[in-house]
Amino acid sequence: MCLAIPALIKSIEGQQAEADIEGVSRQISLQLTPEAKVGDYVLLHTGYAISIIDPAEAAETLKLLKELSEAS
Amino acid sequence: MKFVNEYRDPELGRKLLDRIHKRSRKHTRLMEFCGGHTVAIFKHGLRQLLPDNIEMLSGPGCPVCVTAIADLDRAIALARLPGVIITSFGDMVRVPGSHSSLQQVKAEGADVRIVYSVQDALAIARENPDKHIIFIGIGFETTAPTVAASILQAEEEGINNYYVLSLHKICPPIMKALLDLGEVRLSGIICPGHVSTIIGSHPYQFIPDEYGIACAVSGFEPLDMLLAVDMLVNQIETEQPGVEIAYRRGVKPEGNTQAVRLMETVFEVADANWRGIGVVPLSGLQPRAPYDKYDAEKKFEIDPGPTNEPRGCICGSILRGVSTPLDCRLFGTKCTPEHPVGPCMVSAEGSCATYYHYGDDNV
Repeated sequence: MCLAIPALIKSIEGQQAEADIEGVSRQISLQLTPEAKVGDYVLLHTGYAISIIDPAEAAETLKLLKELSEAS
Repeated sequence: MKFVNEYRDPELGRKLLDRIHKRSRKHTRLMEFCGGHTVAIFKHGLRQLLPDNIEMLSGPGCPVCVTAIADLDRAIALARLPGVIITSFGDMVRVPGSHSSLQQVKAEGADVRIVYSVQDALAIARENPDKHIIFIGIGFETTAPTVAASILQAEEEGINNYYVLSLHKICPPIMKALLDLGEVRLSGIICPGHVSTIIGSHPYQFIPDEYGIACAVSGFEPLDMLLAVDMLVNQIETEQPGVEIAYRRGVKPEGNTQAVRLMETVFEVADANWRGIGVVPLSGLQPRAPYDKYDAEKKFEIDPGPTNEPRGCICGSILRGVSTPLDCRLFGTKCTPEHPVGPCMVSAEGSCATYYHYGDDNV
C-alpha cells in the first residue's frame, strides 16, 4: 500500500507534471514536492510525487554496498 | 528501471549475505514493520538465505489489514446511503465486513468505484456535482499527505461534494503500543521505507533510547533490505542500538517537511481503532477545523450495527507478530486470495496473501 516507484519528470505545469515511468506517461501531482524540476526522478505514490530521489545519495549507497561486500 | 535495478545485483547480494553470516552471532529477532517489506523478503527468498539465528517476523504495516471491522462496517453503511458515490483503493473493496463488503453492496446497486489516486476521487466529484463523493481514506503517513493535498485542492477549487472517511493511521504510536504489549521480544526493527520518506528517521529514536532495540529504515529492493539487516546486525552485535537509514536515496533524516506541513494543516492526531489491537491513543488522523467539513463521519448519519468478527480468523494476532499465517486453521483452505476471510489474505501485502503466494519452507 505504501508502494512508491521512481518516475522521471518530463514537463511541469503549475502543480501538475508529466512523468515517465519506464516508457509510460502519466500526469502526477507535485503538491508534496513543489521544488521538483524537469529531469528529476521522484518517488511516485498514488499519483503524487512524495520525494525527489537524491542521485548523490543513491551513488553513495551503491559505493557503501561495494565497500561492505569487499570488506567481508 | 533506474534506481531499482542497481539494487538487485545478485553478486553484491551474495557478498553481503556472506558478511551477515560471518558477523551475526546472537539469536536475533527482527520485525519488518511494513507489508511491502514482507513481500520483498519473501519474493527474493531472503528468509531462507539469512543465517538460522536471525528470525524474521512480519508486523502490522498493512493499512488494509489493520482497518478495524467496525470502521469497514461504517464504510459499507456510507455506501448504502442514497446519492453517495464511494471511492476507494482496490483492496479495501474486497475485505469482508461484519455482514457484507463494499464489493457486495456494489453488486446490490451501491455506487462504489475503485480509484488509483485520490486525484481520481476529486475528478469524480467534479463530474458529479449532484452526488456526494466519499473517499475511504486508509493509509499511513505515506498516503495521508496525498489525502490532505486533495482536501486543500477541493477547498481551493470550491468543490463542496467531496468527503473523506479518515481511517488514516500513524506508525510510531503503534510501534510503541506493540513494544508495550510485550508479547514479542525484538532485537531490531526494519522501519518502513516510504512512511519514513515523509516523517524521516527521527520519530523512531525512542525505540533504541527507551527499549534498547536496533532500528534501520529500509528500501524495497533486495540490496536495500540486506543493507538494513547488516546495519541491524552491527547494532545488535556491538550492543549499540540506534536509528540508521539504509535507503538514503528516498529517506532524509528530517523527512519531507512540505508533506508533513500539509498533513498537519488538514489533520489532527486522534485515537484510532486497529484490527487485532484495539483503540490506540493518538495513533490516527482526523480532519481538523476548518477542514472538518470534509469529514464524512461528521456529515453523514449512519448506523452500521453491531460488529461480528469472522470465526476462526487470527489476523489480529498475526498483525501483532504473535502468530504466523501457518498457525491459522483457515489458511489456504477456507481462506484463500479468491475467497478471503480476513484482511491479511485480501491485501497484496498482507502476511497471509504473501505466505500463500510465495510459500515459506523455513518456518
